[in-house]
Amino acid sequence: MSEPDLPLLSVRNLRTEFPLARGLGGRRVVKAVSDVSFDLRAGTTLGLVGESGSGKSTLARSIVGLDRPTAGSILFEGVELVGASATTRRRAGRDMQVVFQDPMASLNPRLTVGDAIAEGWRIHRDVAPRSEWKSRVAELLERVGLNPDHAGRYPHQFSGGQRQRIGIARALALRPKLLICDEAVSALDVSVRSQILNLLEDLQDEFSLTYLFIAHDLSVVRHVSDDVVVMYLGSAMEVGRGGDVFGDPVHPYTVALLSAIPPVRPWRETGRERIILTGDLPSPVSPPSGCPFRTRCWKAQEVCAEVKPPLVDHRGDGHLGACHFPEPAGSGPSVAPVP
Amino acid sequence: MSDHPLPTRWLRLPRLAPARDGGTRRLVVCLVIVIAYALLAIFGPVVTGYNPITTYVQDRLLPPGSLLSNGSVALLGTDQVGRDILGQVFMGARVSMVAGIATLLLAGLIGITVGLLAGYFGGILDSILMRIADIQLAFPSILLAILIAAILGPSFFNLILVLAIANWVVFARVTRSQVLALKNREYVDAARTLGARNLYLIVRTIFPGCVAPLLVVATVEIGHVIVAEASLSFLGLGTPASLPSWGLTISDGRDYLIDAWWISTFPGIALALLVLTLGVLGDTIRDRLDPKLRSL
Amino acid sequence: MTEADPLLAIDDLTVEFSTHAGQVAAVRGVSLHVDAGETVALLGESGSGKSVTVQTIMGLLPKTTSRVASGQVSYRGTDLLALPTRRLREFCGPEIAMVFQDPLSSLNPVMRVGYQLSEPLWRGAGASRKAARARAIELMQLVGIPDAARRIDDYPHQFSGGMRQRVMIAMALSRNPSLLIADEPTTALDVTVQAQIMSLLGDLRRELGMAMLLISHDLGVVADVADRVYVMYAGAIVEEGTTREVYDHPGHPYTEGLLASIPGESSGAQRLASIPGSPPVPGTLGDGCSFAPRCRYATEFTRAHEPELRSPAGWVPTHRVACHRAEEVLADVRA
Repeated sequence: MSEPDLPLLSVRNLRTEFPLARGLGGRRVVKAVSDVSFDLRAGTTLGLVGESGSGKSTLARSIVGLDRPTAGSILFEGVELVGASATTRRRAGRDMQVVFQDPMASLNPRLTVGDAIAEGWRIHRDVAPRSEWKSRVAELLERVGLNPDHAGRYPHQFSGGQRQRIGIARALALRPKLLICDEAVSALDVSVRSQILNLLEDLQDEFSLTYLFIAHDLSVVRHVSDDVVVMYLGSAMEVGRGGDVFGDPVHPYTVALLSAIPPVRPWRETGRERIILTGDLPSPVSPPSGCPFRTRCWKAQEVCAEVKPPLVDHRGDGHLGACHFPEPAGSGPSVAPVP
Repeated sequence: MSDHPLPTRWLRLPRLAPARDGGTRRLVVCLVIVIAYALLAIFGPVVTGYNPITTYVQDRLLPPGSLLSNGSVALLGTDQVGRDILGQVFMGARVSMVAGIATLLLAGLIGITVGLLAGYFGGILDSILMRIADIQLAFPSILLAILIAAILGPSFFNLILVLAIANWVVFARVTRSQVLALKNREYVDAARTLGARNLYLIVRTIFPGCVAPLLVVATVEIGHVIVAEASLSFLGLGTPASLPSWGLTISDGRDYLIDAWWISTFPGIALALLVLTLGVLGDTIRDRLDPKLRSL
Repeated sequence: MTEADPLLAIDDLTVEFSTHAGQVAAVRGVSLHVDAGETVALLGESGSGKSVTVQTIMGLLPKTTSRVASGQVSYRGTDLLALPTRRLREFCGPEIAMVFQDPLSSLNPVMRVGYQLSEPLWRGAGASRKAARARAIELMQLVGIPDAARRIDDYPHQFSGGMRQRVMIAMALSRNPSLLIADEPTTALDVTVQAQIMSLLGDLRRELGMAMLLISHDLGVVADVADRVYVMYAGAIVEEGTTREVYDHPGHPYTEGLLASIPGESSGAQRLASIPGSPPVPGTLGDGCSFAPRCRYATEFTRAHEPELRSPAGWVPTHRVACHRAEEVLADVRA
């Protein structure tokens, strides 16, 4: 597949901050996203991974327009979205859709499943004529693995996995180019999760979709992503191809993240170093000075508190890390938990 | 599991949860009574042929069951100008129910609009609207009625206006709190992502979620409104004399309580029974729809 | 071969709830045991009945809508179900402790942490307030809360999620229980914090010699700490055995499916193995095997006859599975 010159989505130095009400002595802000940059090539899947407070959800919401970015640039198909007019935003919005985390809460309990899927067409009247709605809904339901005769049912009559399929069908109704999966499988049972992941995989080819896949579960992200951005407390710690980031991480945080996943068959892994971080996630309201990870990092030195490390290509292969003391190349195998 | 009542199309009523402790019987009895009132209100005056203008002085102050000069029987007696009390009770039912429903519609319209705007947009708009609501609550409705009657003159429409102004706040508050609860739900975000603008979100996405609690409020309020209307009419600030609201009839009978007790009593009983029934009906619906509103 | 009687023994437990649809069995004929000092896991997804089982032990089920239809729950030989609530609390207090999934809703938000920690000590164990407070600080240090002497007067909302869970664990340990029941203790936590908590629990078990009954849906977490595992599906146990044995040689299609569907297990293949359908809603089960609607080994026979737990010939005797075709399942796994 030929790679287009322009990435579908290009984020540069994005900052999204929320003011806190009632600040004693000066305005306090929550720096949900601080200075994040990455590219998303069309037809690929970018995994955005991080724990709570990492800003990954806010980042996704800023891209889609649910939260307003404070500064920086979001270029979608070459169109600048930060500071754009409402019309521009809306136009771009039609090409990017979201699959939300909670399958029950993201479906309007008062709409039938068919109405929910057709809602995009109701809002944007120029996409599909009314006479075709019924047949198109049936088509979409079938495509996501549901019985098209159930279009008249309500969300509570379906299981969690089925509701998530409905959410996917709804997102696809407007034929978007970019699909943002915001923890789309996190609320599902393990046995249902892989069905949905397989479905998303199939749909990507069929509908020529580009995915921004957000999750806190590394094994899932590793499976679906071509490229990965690892976030911590609003900043990008590591950016690179999935195989590189998970197989041979640059940033100590990524190393710790990978190490924290309990392997399914620990008795088969000898000599695997398990890194347990000390301390807690700092609050996004007052992140540590310099590198946000330094309070829990075993490599932290004075310079880490003084200078925030920039995202730099330490190994010269397009694999970026924001660390003053990056992991040397080839130290991967001792921490790669692949059974 | 959802904590919503079972879903409804936009204007279809929410389904009630199954009742416990004999609630269904209560519901049915209340509904039967209310429907009976409605039927009597619609057809009663047609049957009795009530005419407020004509007076039959020879038939004045006759006790219940008396024979009138025109051959008919005054089942509930006559008043001081010879008008049939039964006819007045039926007309009063019409007045009360129309006044109740019209007031609810107008108060609801004002209140829901205010609540939707205040809840959805928040900020300064919310503060201003809620302060207006607070001021409204602090203002005694009787004084307001007097003011409006003095300025605009007494009429049925002005009565509705006064009652609506006095009662919109509860609708606004309930709507606003429901909007606040719903506006950050994921399905609202989902609709926004699909491209919905504010108007669509407010009216088609968020408002349907407010219908259930508003129905509960309406059934509770209608009783209040009917009593309020009767009170204002009793004081002469409500319906004009040609329209015999129960309050007016009760007021007419004030001077005759000892001699002709039936003039005030029968409308009084009719009023009390209707309001009581509406109250119990409202309680029952509320318990079945949304127990969280128990304190209303 | 068995040294002593088990600490906790559940025998053929069936628990029913009254719903609009009638009596629904959330737990069906479950039997398990926990010996002193060992860690046992209940592995299952939503609707499997694992939480209800554990809540029955502690007497936490709502009395009006639930009932134990049959079975026994005994601790050190005493039948817990026969005890009235007050006696149950008195009896269990010093012996069994429970840690829940969401520490935010398990801790009282308007009481200081120190008070909540020390209350069971001076109220239940009869210690003096001063001694209880000292012990509370000790416990907080034991679970790794830094600056314990100062933080003891903080409120729960002033702690992070991981720290709150540590407080919960500290509360659970305050009376030196012999059995710790942990219901999804790390599900609500971030993965790095989860690693910390699991490591803590592991250390504490070793130091204190506690037995632990862990409920989880996470295969990795279970493999990390559990000696033995019971796999639950639709209210019943479908497979049991040592963790290693069950994971390496699963006999039940559900267990096998779960293991195969973990990303990374399908050795780099693009498509994940998955189990079709979804877990059944309690109360909608038919006569046959509860897993049959999703099972690729299902036959007319299995759809009509519910399998019993058994240890097929040639297997490790402690490894039992409720499947008519367990031998074939295992043969396929080995292939």
